[in-house]
Amino acid sequence: MMLDFFDLYNYWVVIFLMMAGFYTLIAYDNLIKKIIGLNIFQSAVFMLYISVGKVSGGSEPIAADNIELYSNPLPHVLILTAIVVGVATTALGLALTIRIKEAYGTINENDIVQMNRDAEAEKAQEWGRE
Amino acid sequence: MLAATAIAVIRQHSLFAIVMLFGIYSLLSASIFVVLDAVDVAFTEAAVGAGISTMLMLGTLVITGHHERTPKHGPVLPLVVVMLTGAVLVWGTLDMPPFGAADNPVHQHVAPRYIEDSPQEVGIPNMVTSVLASYRAYDTMGEVIVVFAALVGVLALIGIREQKSPRPVSTTDDKPPRPVLQVMAKLLIPYIMIFALYVQFHGEYGPGGGFQAGVIFASAIILYVLTFGLDDAYALVAPSVLRPLAALGVLLYGGTGVVTMLMGGTFLNYSVLADDPVQGQLYGIIAIEFGVGLTVATVMMLIFYAFISRGEKAA
Repeated sequence: MMLDFFDLYNYWVVIFLMMAGFYTLIAYDNLIKKIIGLNIFQSAVFMLYISVGKVSGGSEPIAADNIELYSNPLPHVLILTAIVVGVATTALGLALTIRIKEAYGTINENDIVQMNRDAEAEKAQEWGRE
Repeated sequence: MLAATAIAVIRQHSLFAIVMLFGIYSLLSASIFVVLDAVDVAFTEAAVGAGISTMLMLGTLVITGHHERTPKHGPVLPLVVVMLTGAVLVWGTLDMPPFGAADNPVHQHVAPRYIEDSPQEVGIPNMVTSVLASYRAYDTMGEVIVVFAALVGVLALIGIREQKSPRPVSTTDDKPPRPVLQVMAKLLIPYIMIFALYVQFHGEYGPGGGFQAGVIFASAIILYVLTFGLDDAYALVAPSVLRPLAALGVLLYGGTGVVTMLMGGTFLNYSVLADDPVQGQLYGIIAIEFGVGLTVATVMMLIFYAFISRGEKAA
């Protein structure tokens, strides 16, 4: 049983991080905090890929003369590009947040939903009058 | 330790502290990547996570304010949802292959070919680079286009304010406003740039490549913006210069593919670029890595410009 624990240990760390990100995403109203939650979630996925690619006793995948066993280079490639794409999409999310702040004066999701509702109710009243 | 930092990130209410902790989190995960043999990935994570994304988040906080209110609803319902999902996932892992075993399914399909044949077929020792730039060049091209598209999105959303802010002339001829920082930055920036170029062109032999080099190069310019201000940075590299360069990087990547087609190969099959297929692979990889580096560097700089110029307007 003890052996089992260390066999699957990496997955459990990943799941813990992923759930921490998920919790941040659904439990908080602040949009920036939500973006950070998404980033933690994302980094958990990175961690999963990289840990799956590891071979015990293997070396980093750069060919050298006296090394026989290498870790799997494929997950590294996928995650390497994913990190850079991740920061680009994070920037896009932050840009959206800035526009939301300028349009609504707040980045609290509940406030935004409330303001939208108020605006719609007002519009409905105006229609009713006409 | 990573888990502890993650918890601290969630518990904090000051967004400023959260962003700083998130930088530490990135650095920690980079060191874990090194332990797991993924040196290229660690390189990227350290440059991106601890550098650029922290700067971008700070740039946003300038505009949006950095305090968070306590949420109105309690933490119980989300916690239950999260616990349930986590439990299901843990249950799922019980069937997963053990960590680090060499006969796991993931190591059975294409990976052995990459590991055994790529040093001969592509002719460069870094397998990550040969998979990235040669075997899976389509993928990488898609990623570069996504990065470019994100830039287009950011520019469409917040744009870059280019006209100079009116400021008194006296600040320029007097002694610099932040002497220590500016002198140190002037000393550091050339070395950062040379290091970026080294990472760019040595990526075939050691860890590195266009993605990492682009981010490091951008961080040199970002350091310049932070210490000298936006107007001086515009004088150094104007956004109007960077925008075509970002597109040029993507064009270089796709253009290499078109050239290989014109020379009788398939799209992005570099073997036809020279008489010796291995030499052709090398030319192709250098060309597209340069395209990647160019796009990533200019996109990061432009996104940073966009955030900072927006922040100065708000202030």
